[in-house]
Amino acid sequence: MKEEFKIIANSIQREKSILDVGCGDGELMKFIYENISKKIRGLEISKDNIQKCIQKGLTVIEGNAEIDLQQFPSNSFDYVILSQTLQAFLNPEKVISDLLRIGKTSIVTIPNFGFWKVRFNLLFKGTMPVTKTLPNEWYNTPNLHMCSIKDFVNFCNDRKINLFKSLALTNNKVSSINKFNLNFKNLTSELGIFLIEK
Amino acid sequence: MNKFDNIKKIIVRKPLKLDCGVTISNYPLAYETYGKLNQKKDNAVMVFHALTGDQFASGKNPITNKDGWWSYVIGPNKALDTNKYFIISANVIGGCMGSYGPSSVDEKSGKKIGINFPVITINDMVNAQFNLLDHFDINKLFCVTGGSMGGMQVLQFVANYPDKSKIAIPIACSASHSAQNIAFNELGRQAIMADENWKNGNYELENISPSKGLSVARMAAHITYLSKKGLQEKFGRKLQERDKVKFGFDADFQIESYLRYQGSIFVDRFDANSYLYITRAMDYFDLSKNSNGNLSKVFKNTKTKFFIISFTSDWLYPTAENREIVIALNAINADVGFLEVKSDKGHDSFLLDVPDFLNALKNFVDNSHKK
Repeated sequence: MKEEFKIIANSIQREKSILDVGCGDGELMKFIYENISKKIRGLEISKDNIQKCIQKGLTVIEGNAEIDLQQFPSNSFDYVILSQTLQAFLNPEKVISDLLRIGKTSIVTIPNFGFWKVRFNLLFKGTMPVTKTLPNEWYNTPNLHMCSIKDFVNFCNDRKINLFKSLALTNNKVSSINKFNLNFKNLTSELGIFLIEK
Repeated sequence: MNKFDNIKKIIVRKPLKLDCGVTISNYPLAYETYGKLNQKKDNAVMVFHALTGDQFASGKNPITNKDGWWSYVIGPNKALDTNKYFIISANVIGGCMGSYGPSSVDEKSGKKIGINFPVITINDMVNAQFNLLDHFDINKLFCVTGGSMGGMQVLQFVANYPDKSKIAIPIACSASHSAQNIAFNELGRQAIMADENWKNGNYELENISPSKGLSVARMAAHITYLSKKGLQEKFGRKLQERDKVKFGFDADFQIESYLRYQGSIFVDRFDANSYLYITRAMDYFDLSKNSNGNLSKVFKNTKTKFFIISFTSDWLYPTAENREIVIALNAINADVGFLEVKSDKGHDSFLLDVPDFLNALKNFVDNSHKK
């Protein structure tokens, strides 16, 4: 399983309720279901992925997070997970506010556009970055709103969102992000993992 | 000998007060079962049929000699696997396959009840079928499922009995019959009642039947079960056993011939008055009526796990109406999954060989039973 998923799973307390937004083929959900909490549900847009989730015995609702998160009542889950999907939304700000409303804690991960390889691509090669966490070309990427770790931290600070845990992931190594090492982590991390609350 | 003599039925002694105010008792409820009830009695599935279905959901229907309406779903190793599950399927009251309905004989007069049959609702149908749990001494079902009107019965069942089924799978249905669907049903009823042989519903006293009207009703309804794309691909403008149109009103086009055929075979197996009563029951279906339109309230005590399925090309019970049920269940944090299956086969998709549908159904049912 991806290191990112292990970190997410480790952030969740036993027997708490979880909504995985954009749960994909259910890999993370299945791990959480089997090891941490049975009270987990998913929201997913792809019919093929939903079939895979059902095959795994997971409860998933077909829907588009930008439209269908509205139907979930406030504070209805202990955790809401959004793994590497924020950048693909038309209106990420709206999605984040829905996550904060629905979950007591939200776990958001983002591919870091501030990572040095990304900067290198653009700065020296002059082409849109293609990396492990950003595998698509400019013309077929689903990503509409890329941001860096620093962007996301600023976003939370500006909106008084309680960013109570920030982790950076590079080459399967996890480290903490704080205000002193933010610029450095923004340069050296492939992925940011954030636990946020209202 | 009556053709219904050999089918299974229970006589329900317990009085049932219908929504219309009339109380019925000692009435027959015809049913069929598939598979075996296990020792723990935790493998029972109740299947509810649609408007023109009956208890013969799988295998050969002994009355019509056709395959059961859910043959793709029910059977060994199929989605509802008869090696694992005990399937109970009843004919709704108001129906014409052995359950108490307009073609039943009134014991006092010795005549068919016909139009004197009380108006029934989906709620009445479900309450009547609940007696089968007592009959089989089952405390709790594993699953309730059905499509179209069968799906409405699933919703009504869980609303009435929030802890009597572990899982519920309403398919291609709605919690509230739409104006468009009431309109189509009214079209069918008017076709029947406009047939001079309907005789104000007393046709059976004269041993006739409004088959022309019933046939037109079926033709109109049949169109609503398909999709524009499906019709176009199957029939297009193809002509029926001729090279060119004949400048008349004979069935020039294959689609005309197909619809006429569908109408003609339907009248052999279905009672016109039953068609009136059952379509009326569907029209009256509005699950949140008693809670001021709040569907969530209807399910507030439920412990049942839901899986709702709709089809992309179903315009009779479109995804949006199925999704309303999902939204209502989500609002009370019920355990609900939802899938819209891609299919060109219209509303009828739930009856047909649609692998994405059958696989999802099987996986959900089997996984839910393991847990």
